[in-house]
Amino acid sequence: MEKERFPREIVAMRVARELQDGDVVNLGIGIPTLCSQFIPEGRSVVYHSESGVVGYGPMAEPGDEDIDLINAGGQFLAPNPGMAFFNSVEGFAMIRGGHIDVTVLGALQVSERGDLANWMLPDRGIGNVGGAMDLAAGAKRVIVAMEHTDRNGNPKIVSECDFPLTAQECVSLIVTDVAVISVEPDGLLLTEVAPGWSADDVQEITDANLAVSPDLGDFWL
Amino acid sequence: MNKIVPTFAEAVADIPDGATLMIDGFAGPGGTPQNLIRALRDHGARELTIISNTAGLASVIGFGTIPGDTPTDIGVLVENEQIRKVIASFPVSPSPSRPTAFESAYLEGKVDLEVVPQGTLAERIRAGGAGIPAFYTPTGVGTLMAEGREVREFDGREYLLETALKADFALLRADRADMLGNTQYKGTSRNFNGVMATSADVVVMEVDEILEPGQIDPGAVHTPGLYVDRIVKIE
Repeated sequence: MEKERFPREIVAMRVARELQDGDVVNLGIGIPTLCSQFIPEGRSVVYHSESGVVGYGPMAEPGDEDIDLINAGGQFLAPNPGMAFFNSVEGFAMIRGGHIDVTVLGALQVSERGDLANWMLPDRGIGNVGGAMDLAAGAKRVIVAMEHTDRNGNPKIVSECDFPLTAQECVSLIVTDVAVISVEPDGLLLTEVAPGWSADDVQEITDANLAVSPDLGDFWL
Repeated sequence: MNKIVPTFAEAVADIPDGATLMIDGFAGPGGTPQNLIRALRDHGARELTIISNTAGLASVIGFGTIPGDTPTDIGVLVENEQIRKVIASFPVSPSPSRPTAFESAYLEGKVDLEVVPQGTLAERIRAGGAGIPAFYTPTGVGTLMAEGREVREFDGREYLLETALKADFALLRADRADMLGNTQYKGTSRNFNGVMATSADVVVMEVDEILEPGQIDPGAVHTPGLYVDRIVKIE
């Protein structure tokens, strides 16, 4: 079977499976934002954004945009019954105070201990930290959703991050376009692969060592 | 006691060279005091230190901006060479191919930058307004943010000591205020406004509507008037 990489939507769909009914969830920019489209039926998730809103719903329709109703990615939100606004101090108290069940973030690199680097490309010499460090340090569970390798084909899952860190030992699950990898106390565990991919194929494009689950299987979608 | 100032120019006229300012805005035009920023540009005070979430973003990448609009942000103060230093969490464009005026000025060594995690930025401002000189936070442990910071362990976890931020002036944007300065913000445009209002010596608000005392439900006031010094109505 030919090895193919999943599109971003499938990565988001797989991550969405991890979100439980009633979870308070903060979605980062990029693939994480797409997760909200794929919440399994029967589950209801509460979205938090550090722009200062919890309980938001769908995006605004073109023509209905309101500059006073945005998420942290700058997308316009539609009014949603039950949402609440707050200032930045309270928004981050919610994050550091353990009131966010899951955050889904993109990454430049993740290490085998679950260190996360996602705010600065060293070559640029300047970067945006935004809310990422607070989310990585404060959310109860950190899931990374990203492409398995960078645009030059270099591994992003590494034994040691050489990009500036966002937080140490914070990631619990990595979902990429070819694999699902759990961060365990003794290292990384490969649990799911995209169609046509073997554990060896995934290891070949991964710098960190992967243990292979005895239950290795297809993506749980 | 009259807090109403008739023009934006008068509201910023006494900002001296070298002042430290808090200026709101999450990253888009919502919550950004665009009129006060333009007045400060025209006023021309220089060598300013600006504490803000970004260093000017909406005007370059359209963040949170209605298509076709061209919002003003603190990028105009960078372009006008009025800024010496920025303290921000999201200082540059997320798209390196579309750099902001600030990024060019920073890389040319014309402005200084202190990058602060967004929650730490908010809490440092809160501390400044609340009489708390410093606090411990789990954010940034083991990262570049820990450089030069005291690390202390509580209940088996490490925390960084972060210090309070204060400013000479805050330039803010609210939806409405009464003549005593009791203020309400709109939707997600509250963000840093409600915090910065507590931590500057002189707090200047631009608002859409000025009301009589009593017209805002006391239980629904976001920023009590004691924090607010000057109110300018947007025409």
